[in-house]
Amino acid sequence: MSFLRVRDLTVTFSRPGKPPVRAVDGVSFDVASGQTVGIVGESGSGKSVTSLAVMRLLPARNVRVTGSIMLGDQELLTLPARQMRDVRGRDVAMIFQDPMTSLNPVVTVGRQLVEVIVRHDRKSTTAARHDAIALLDRVGIPDPVRRLREYPHQLSGGMRQRVMIAMAIACRPRLLIADEPTTALDVTIQAQILDLLRDLVEESGSALVMITHDLGVVAGLCEQVHVMYSGRIVESAPAAGLFARPAHPYTDGLLRSIPRIDDDHHGRLHTIRGSVRDVVAWEHGCAFQPRCDHAVDACLGGPPPVLDLSDGPPRQVRCPRPMNQPAPAPGTDRREVSA
Amino acid sequence: MSVEEQVGAARPGDEVVKEARPTRGLRGEAMRRLLRNPMAIVGFVLILVFVAVAVFAPWIAPYSPKDNSWLSEVRPGVYPGPSAEHWLGIDPLGRDVFSRLVYGARQSLLIGVVSLAIGATVGVSIGLLAGAFGGWVDALVMRLVDIMLSVPGLLFAIAIAAMLGQSLTSVMIAIAVVNIPIFARLLRGEMLGQRAADYVLAARSLGISRAGIVFRHVLPNSFTPVIVQGTLTLALAIVEAAGLAFLGLSGSDPSAPEWGRMLTDAQVALTSAPQLALYPGLAIVLAALGFTLVGESLREALDPKLRR
Repeated sequence: MSFLRVRDLTVTFSRPGKPPVRAVDGVSFDVASGQTVGIVGESGSGKSVTSLAVMRLLPARNVRVTGSIMLGDQELLTLPARQMRDVRGRDVAMIFQDPMTSLNPVVTVGRQLVEVIVRHDRKSTTAARHDAIALLDRVGIPDPVRRLREYPHQLSGGMRQRVMIAMAIACRPRLLIADEPTTALDVTIQAQILDLLRDLVEESGSALVMITHDLGVVAGLCEQVHVMYSGRIVESAPAAGLFARPAHPYTDGLLRSIPRIDDDHHGRLHTIRGSVRDVVAWEHGCAFQPRCDHAVDACLGGPPPVLDLSDGPPRQVRCPRPMNQPAPAPGTDRREVSA
Repeated sequence: MSVEEQVGAARPGDEVVKEARPTRGLRGEAMRRLLRNPMAIVGFVLILVFVAVAVFAPWIAPYSPKDNSWLSEVRPGVYPGPSAEHWLGIDPLGRDVFSRLVYGARQSLLIGVVSLAIGATVGVSIGLLAGAFGGWVDALVMRLVDIMLSVPGLLFAIAIAAMLGQSLTSVMIAIAVVNIPIFARLLRGEMLGQRAADYVLAARSLGISRAGIVFRHVLPNSFTPVIVQGTLTLALAIVEAAGLAFLGLSGSDPSAPEWGRMLTDAQVALTSAPQLALYPGLAIVLAALGFTLVGESLREALDPKLRR
């Protein structure tokens, strides 16, 4: 009963005079209603492009999106533009990374909020204003009546992100996509915004897709996690399982690069060698192979297999040699889902 | 800035800061920056004087600008200079120079404002069309604009004024037409830039309609340079109006007070009475300078990148 069902999503950017780039390469995932799902990856892994593709907000020119994005029983990829505009804000809403630039600088906070409410709820401006005050209050903005009349530049970064969240939840969407909502904020405010998001999602029962490079955010918020690398999901697992026993060497590397306060040997922080540019095309092997400490010959020569490791909740890894796994019982082979 | 966030609610200290500056729009802030700029003040004073002279011309000018009762005092090579009766002297056709100068302000302001209104309205509409639709509409409109821009402004105005015949209206139209492509291209470029802004993406992600995005988000954020250009265009229009009048393309009435025509009239006496050309020349420069100073200061005050 997944609410959002993404299947084989591929986004190709064509560049004049250069070979096209597949920023997202056959990504599939599900989001059940009310579920919080994290999509983790570093810059350029395709996580933001995935979220923009779901919202159908990628530019039309030089971009090709294929696959399937089912929201409820609607296929978003073939939905006419007008209907897609109705979906945005009403069924799915997005929270962006930079609250400093994501609000219209010449329009008051109130008018921007009222605009969204009037757009989808077909209310009078007066009724919408009442809603707007309640919303600002709900996202923790003190003195909402006065704040409504203020311009974005009169608010702090954290306040602006609260306003963005208020706009996103204004029409009670069943799915929220948050694209690095705390990256541009101070650490103390990050925690508050995450708390707010968690509360709102619990209260409203809407699903949340959290796009982030911060595994700490995922640990505190998400039930299911997908790790992306070079346009593909390399590991999908319930958050607890992922942190306890990362199966993909990339996930393992990410987890080991987090500074730990209880680390007793004060050595250098672990880094993943090389850079995200050192990739192998997925057709020819594992894209992470050049940076992987556990690479073997089997990693090259063809696309790595996707193994199903689940012994309960869904868990998959795109690696021929998953780590931290109990040895398979003799005679039984791990199920290979696809190549 | 993060204190209030940490506590979860606004702290008293923060409130005081906000209270001291009550809800003040972006325009209010820009206005404060503008009034701190001495160049802007000089510009405002010049404009104020210019507009006041134009509006109150009948009360300021001692004589009618067309009154040539002092023709008898003028002889070839001898033009009476400043005196108590005629502050700036008498022109070669026996008229009071000061009165003509004062009434000339009226004409300049009228041509400037009307041609700006027409030029800006049409130009902004065309730019809006191109900026809002993009694609082939944009390509078509902008090629036309490019063609218009490829002809030098004054030459273009002369051609149009000559085509429409000698009248005040044709001068206004000519100057307006010259300004259309400038406004069109300015607004269109600004709108294309704003369309890529984060807040536009955010508005789209909330399902705001295309018209809503264009009129409530992109256009209000693109209009600042148009206002600046409008002020600068007034300066240009005054110079262009004088240029057209100098060439004899202004109106059918050769005795009408016009700064450009005063320059023409002064030509015959240029060697013996060069001051006759100096007065209207100065008037043109000062009026244009006023609008240019204000326009440039406005650009600085409104442009966040130039903020000091």
